[in-house]
Amino acid sequence: MELTAKIPAGPLDKKWATAKFNCKLVNPANKRKYDVIVVGAGLAGASAAATMGELGYNVKCFVFHDSPRRAHSIAAQGGINAAKNYQNDGDSIYRLFYDTIKGGDYRSREANVYRLAELSVNIIDQAVAQGVPFAREYGGQLENRSFGGVQVSRTFYARGQTGQQLLLGAFQALERQIALGRVKMYNRHEMLDLVVVDGHAKGIVTRNLVNGKIDVHAADAVVLGTGGYANVFYLSTNAKASNTTAIWRAYKRGAAFANPCYTQIHPTCIPQSGDFQSKLTLMSESLRNDGRIWVPKAQEDKRKATDIPEGERDYYLERKYPSYGNLAPRDIASRAAKEVCDEGRGIGASGRGVYLDFADAIERLGRKTIEERYGNLFEMYHDITAEDPYEMPMRIYPAPHYTMGGLWVDYNLMSTIPGLYVIGEANFSDHGANRLGASALMQGLADGYFVVPVTAGDYLATQMNKKVSTDRPEFKQAAADVKDRVNRLLSAKGTRSVDSFHKELGSIMWENCGMARSAEGLKKARKMVRELKEQYWKNVRVLGDGDEPNQSLERAGRVADFFELAELMCIDALDREESCGGHFRVEHQTADGEAKRNDNDYLYVSAYEFKGDGADPVLHKEQLEYENLHLATRSYK
Amino acid sequence: MAWIMDFYRSALGKKAVMAITGAFLFAWVFAHMLGNLKLYLGAEHLNEYAVWLKNLGAPLLPYKFGLWISRVLLIVAGWLHIQSATQLTLMNLAARPTGYASRDYPAAGYASRTMRWGGVIVGLFVIYHLLHLTVGAHVLPVKFDEGDVYHNVVAGFQVWWVSAIYIVANLALGLHLYHGLWSMFQSLGLSSTTFNPWRRNFAIVFAAVITLVNVSFPVAVMTGVVK
Amino acid sequence: MPGLNLTLHIWRQKSRDADGNFAEYKLSGISPDASFLEMLDVLNERLIEKGEEAVLFEHDCREGICGSCGMMINGIAHGPIGGTATCQLHMRHFKDGDDIWVEPWRAKAFPIIKDLIVDRSALDKIIQAGGYISVNTGSAPEANMITIPKQVQDLSMDAAACIQCGACVAQCPNGAAQLFTAAKISHLGLLPQGQPERFDRVQNMVEVMDDLFGSCTNFKECEAVCPKEISIDFIARMNRDWIQAKFKGRKRAIA
Ligand SMILES: Cc1cc2nc3c(=O)[nH]c(=O)nc-3n(C[C@H](O)[C@H](O)[C@H](O)COP(=O)(O)OP(=O)(O)OC[C@H]3O[C@@H](n4cnc5c(N)ncnc54)[C@H](O)[C@@H]3O)c2cc1C
Ligand code: HEM
Ligand code: HEM
Ligand code: SF4
Ligand code: F3S
Ligand code: FES
Repeated sequence: MELTAKIPAGPLDKKWATAKFNCKLVNPANKRKYDVIVVGAGLAGASAAATMGELGYNVKCFVFHDSPRRAHSIAAQGGINAAKNYQNDGDSIYRLFYDTIKGGDYRSREANVYRLAELSVNIIDQAVAQGVPFAREYGGQLENRSFGGVQVSRTFYARGQTGQQLLLGAFQALERQIALGRVKMYNRHEMLDLVVVDGHAKGIVTRNLVNGKIDVHAADAVVLGTGGYANVFYLSTNAKASNTTAIWRAYKRGAAFANPCYTQIHPTCIPQSGDFQSKLTLMSESLRNDGRIWVPKAQEDKRKATDIPEGERDYYLERKYPSYGNLAPRDIASRAAKEVCDEGRGIGASGRGVYLDFADAIERLGRKTIEERYGNLFEMYHDITAEDPYEMPMRIYPAPHYTMGGLWVDYNLMSTIPGLYVIGEANFSDHGANRLGASALMQGLADGYFVVPVTAGDYLATQMNKKVSTDRPEFKQAAADVKDRVNRLLSAKGTRSVDSFHKELGSIMWENCGMARSAEGLKKARKMVRELKEQYWKNVRVLGDGDEPNQSLERAGRVADFFELAELMCIDALDREESCGGHFRVEHQTADGEAKRNDNDYLYVSAYEFKGDGADPVLHKEQLEYENLHLATRSYK
Repeated sequence: MAWIMDFYRSALGKKAVMAITGAFLFAWVFAHMLGNLKLYLGAEHLNEYAVWLKNLGAPLLPYKFGLWISRVLLIVAGWLHIQSATQLTLMNLAARPTGYASRDYPAAGYASRTMRWGGVIVGLFVIYHLLHLTVGAHVLPVKFDEGDVYHNVVAGFQVWWVSAIYIVANLALGLHLYHGLWSMFQSLGLSSTTFNPWRRNFAIVFAAVITLVNVSFPVAVMTGVVK
Repeated sequence: MPGLNLTLHIWRQKSRDADGNFAEYKLSGISPDASFLEMLDVLNERLIEKGEEAVLFEHDCREGICGSCGMMINGIAHGPIGGTATCQLHMRHFKDGDDIWVEPWRAKAFPIIKDLIVDRSALDKIIQAGGYISVNTGSAPEANMITIPKQVQDLSMDAAACIQCGACVAQCPNGAAQLFTAAKISHLGLLPQGQPERFDRVQNMVEVMDDLFGSCTNFKECEAVCPKEISIDFIARMNRDWIQAKFKGRKRAIA
């Protein structure tokens, strides 16, 4: 397999225009003759399905949720970036582009990121026209806030529900197309395999989560917008059902998997409070605008936060990164928190936590302003911890949050399987080794509204009269494989629940492939994961039947794929002998513990090709070229 | 006509009808109550008022004509009110075929939950009431005198269970209005932050006044204040 | 045993048409810091250990925003604490030794799928009837071209906060979806962008709502259990818009 990124020639700011011009077009009258399958209805999937419906394609949209509006995108709190420069603070498309590349620690493609920055502007226009109630100034204009890793205010937000409001915009557009009959919606359907015919993606296999029926669906192209895989850590800020199955199945059918080890650990989450913990709750990054992060200077200082005098507090981010302070990018802020906790200065019963303190902000701006800005986040924190953040500083700790890695795609967002497009968090495209806050919503919507509806045409135009019927052996085979897997899980009849396995897998990954990684830790982890996987298939206990609603069975399939993904993550983390962004190898750090990148040997995208169960995957490298920005060591000091 | 049908077909339309007719019924009952206060001024005043009622609109309108207009309006309103109430009630019962094994009401007060029965009680009462004082059918042991409304009322209330019926009915009405007089604004979409607090007060005051005054009549007779 | 000891009475129902019943489970040592769903997780792990099938319930974000979760807890949708979704309800609000009755949402429009999972697609149908602003991708004007008074956008946001959980329907003695529909209509109807379709929208959405759900007699129960504390003032607003729309004449959009 060779990786051709299909990046158009020419100056950066002309590339997208050039690409659009080079795309073959499908004549409007013919569009309805093309069937397109969109899996996922998060920001990426819903916006793509709706827009392709508007264009006239025959869209089938699949989600495992009971409604498209439940997609995990709904949980996004903080906001979405756009280079509108409404604040006149020197922002521009170029600066957003620069910040994103730098934030990603120079491991992303210039062309993709520049396009993302260009499109960010249209996204806001589109959302506002759909009725997304972004925060506004008294004058009636849109308001902005600043976010981690940048020094301009370019983040648009809707209370603490930016994700929900943006998704509702896309969801409503999608429902409109459903009502018009342009999109056929399949709720409670989980994609369990991809069907490849003559090397082209031509359909999927789904399981109906209500009656267990295994169905096959054919189409001229398949778009995956199935989200990220941070749940491989079991405890993460992702929704419980978020999983890797869709992209993992595609990987096993021949799509290259890029940068699996690039995972983002979010600095501000509510610490785990017990072993019953089922997920970790994010406290939006926007809180770092006004909150100050600190720990006691002394070790094992168990006094109440408010009893610790100013002089005995260590505002370590402000100390280490004077210019960015509490708004240092996520990977850096998280690692810093881990450090101080490792030094024994962590707070809370577990000693795994740091303070996020609003006392000064309340002092300075008054309680009312803080309420307006973060009211619902404070309430959420209060509900969960029974502590009042207006009185006591919040306790926070890093948690797995986002996965920059994903299926490899070219500039047109097509994977290494022709006809298979991958959008949103499911692909690897734009965030390099670390994603800046408020840029995932931006990417999901750019991909779904503006990129894939255009670039898909380029492929579809070549597929005239190349329809395949579901009677093809490839479909029968794929369906049989799926049935077989389901039966194997049901018939293992072991002694351990799916969750108990998932928890164990999670802690292995968190310990060894989390915030700090070491060669020997990763080797160990890979071995442990393999063993646990063996165990799993022998000893997992999935009760109930396959022909009824069965959540244990659903999870069992997802966890099975997490095992295989986990191993690939370790392999990738081992290969990458450098520290960059979310990937920190303890062997590669500067004297003062900063990440040490190695641009000479690792300025590439790692794309893995599946070579069969048990066999080692093959690593393909896409060299990254920087024509406009010169590679600099990231500094937020 | 088609427009009315289209309007009424929706539950929101039925609610609007219920609100408007309810408001009319309320206005009527309130006026009725004011008139009945003449009971305290003595026989000739009340009887004279009854006569005046019958001559309403004279000389323009013939004898009892005005009265009949009011009666027709009343019958129509009452009918629409009851019909919409019944139809909505059926619709709502159908919307939840199976109830809950344990059920709690964090917000809905007693009044709102008794609208239907309260209404029925009031409805039955009106029938009895008409037989008693308008038709004069022999529903009670005392003789009915078309001309002497005062006598009919007092004689009636001197029978303890007649008074009891009136008192119960009017308490039911009070409860019905306590919710209804607030609810009708909501149903008609008459809502605004400045004016909403007054909707509650309005309901409380008028429900209370109507109940107290109406209950006071039988009480006054039985205690001999009025004889 | 430290922590809470509880007796759960949970509705178990194998499938839509099967008849269900309450199963009683004794559960011990529940941490007060656990969420209600985490309490059920613990129950399920213990059931699986014993070889019994887990209790099915819908959930995903567990942050009170996706609207997946929801059950009647002691006769109140989302449980005793107002303004929270079931996933954000914590066990510290219960006492040691409590009996807890757990039932699925019940409404004709919400058929039970299994145990505590119901089919809420009827709510999507209301959206399909007009819960959107018809603007194709690409045709949007510059975002700041139309200014919106902060107060208006705040009010619109209050309505837009609805997470489509269906608790309002579940709690309403009439099984009415008034609060949900009103929230959707108001969110769009308040914004300048929503004006062109405002009066068609309200008529079309109400029509579908009428077909599927009960009607409102202003019980206020919905407001009390709504995890986003959406006000019934929006119901009044919907009624007003609807009546206005009727007087404007069917399917004519004049603001
Ligand atoms: C708590 C939290 C807060 C966040 N806040 C922000 C923020 O403030 N700003 C920001 O920019 N980003 C934020 N992010 C990141 C951002 O929300 C996500 O990266 C983004 O929403 C992903 O969208 P998506 O459309 O790619 O995938 P999702 O929204 O995850 O959608 C996945 C869809 O795929 C479907 N699906 C998945 N697998 C299958 C299958 N096998 N079969 C059928 N259907 C399937 C699901 O049903 C779902 O509809 C946040 C993330 C989290 C966890
Ligand atoms: C047989 C007689 C009656 C029946 C069955 C009846 C029934 C009802 C019902 C079911 C409601 C709906 C409750 C609600 O929507 O909140 C209602 C509302 C109302 N009723 Fe009655 N009622 C009757 C008589 C009366 C009378 C005599 C009056 C006035 C004196 C009255 C005044 C009202 C008012 C003002 C409302 C509020 C309308 C609204 O909520 O939109 N009703 N009635
Ligand atoms: C204790 C309180 C009441 C008293 C003393 C009272 C008294 C009377 C009297 C004397 C009449 C006959 C008038 C006449 O024929 O000239 C009458 C008629 C009537 N009353 Fe009442 N009433 C009372 C309460 C009510 C209530 C609560 C209602 C309705 C909810 C009501 C509805 C009517 C109606 C519909 C008529 C017939 C009017 C007509 O002839 O057109 N009354 N009442
Ligand atoms: S209005 Fe409230 S209760 Fe009803 S669906 Fe929306 S959020 Fe849930
Ligand atoms: S509870 Fe039901 S009656 Fe109306 S006010 Fe709420 S919908
Ligand atoms: S699980 Fe998402 S709202 Fe409760």
